[in-house]
Amino acid sequence: MRVNLTVNGSPATVDDVWEGESLLYVLRERMGLPGSKNACEQGECGSCTVYLDGVPACACLVAAGQAEGREVRTVEGLAEGDRLDAVQEAFVEAGAVQCGFCTPGLVVQSHDLIERVPDPSDAEIREALAGNLCRCTGYEKIMDAVRLAARRKATR
Amino acid sequence: MEFLRPTTWADALDARAGHPDALPIQGGTDVMVELNFDVRRPAALLDLGRVAGLTRWEESDGRLRVGAGVPYARLITELGDRLPGLAQASRTVGSPQIRNRGTVGGNLGAASPAGDAHPPLLAGGAEIEVESAARGVRMIPAAEFYTGVKRSALEPDELIRAFWTDPAPGPQYFSKIGTRNAMVIAVCSFALALDPGNARVGTGIGSAGPTPLRADEAEDYLAAELDWAGRGPLPDAVARRFGELVAGAARPIDDVRGTAAYRRHAVAVLARRTLTWAWNDYTGAAGRRAS
Repeated sequence: MRVNLTVNGSPATVDDVWEGESLLYVLRERMGLPGSKNACEQGECGSCTVYLDGVPACACLVAAGQAEGREVRTVEGLAEGDRLDAVQEAFVEAGAVQCGFCTPGLVVQSHDLIERVPDPSDAEIREALAGNLCRCTGYEKIMDAVRLAARRKATR
Repeated sequence: MEFLRPTTWADALDARAGHPDALPIQGGTDVMVELNFDVRRPAALLDLGRVAGLTRWEESDGRLRVGAGVPYARLITELGDRLPGLAQASRTVGSPQIRNRGTVGGNLGAASPAGDAHPPLLAGGAEIEVESAARGVRMIPAAEFYTGVKRSALEPDELIRAFWTDPAPGPQYFSKIGTRNAMVIAVCSFALALDPGNARVGTGIGSAGPTPLRADEAEDYLAAELDWAGRGPLPDAVARRFGELVAGAARPIDDVRGTAAYRRHAVAVLARRTLTWAWNDYTGAAGRRAS
């Protein structure tokens, strides 16, 4: 089937989509956007987190056809040209990246948290990131990165 | 595979009638797991995500009618004051990303004995509004909806449109056992609802039987024992007996998440604990409140 959607601000048409495939598969395998990671395929790990009509969701649990006419924003759509988003900058500076597989999902989910809660408490950060697993277990640096990103965004 | 995407309820019912082997999909948090892992290959997916009205809720004549497509995240923020038990259960569902997509309608459709929405629906005496193009609307009490493991009273040509329930007439609590706070399927869970005006108690047991269960005997016992008018303290013996009766109503099995013996023990603890919180709320006594 054909799916029409907007990805990172650009309208796109994707053909030959299998009716049972996920939005994640469409993004990665049909649109060449490998930023969203395919890890658990059951919504447990959060590595494929994208914005769907402005709301974070696991792209692996959205049927491709459910994205018809919707707006998707992936980790590739957070930076403005070469200028990284404050969350991306903070992850680099805080060393919140080890193997990197969980990072795109964490960046999108943290981005949403700071948009909604500009000065999140540690408890709010932990709750917001409860569905994003880092198997390198680098969570302390991730906490540092989110705190840093929140401070940066407040002064931008 | 076909992908059906009706935009009106009438079209959705027609699509259901014309495709009895289609699998309805709402938020996708259960259905897509089965597709991704090749557990199911339905002839068609019936996407209800575009059907106007399913994502709305309304209050009329003192009752709440909540559309099957309202996600857990909105139940928490928009209905937390009116349905505190269901809101607490909703907070334990998956993760923020899952709560943004998952719905009570989907939970009912899957009818897993471990579904988090079921115990508060049972405790609150909810009714499920289902409809078919051929026979119209049926209202199914939650206690009659669950018929077996992942089986419900829903007929092949019916769709779940909404659930109806009263705004909480008194304290409501939900508690759940899992290995961590987020991203767990319940080892077991329990919901309690007090209706002081009618001296009634509602219960719901999750993940400790082939279906979500009510503990009828425990409800009747507690309703008769509580000092509704005097708002007196809760006797320890009453709380313990209530827990025993709830455990007696459970029909748990051993599985990967826990043993039957543990579940039976744990639902008794959850029953006592939620009762203590609820009675403290009702009597204004100092004590720990659930967050």
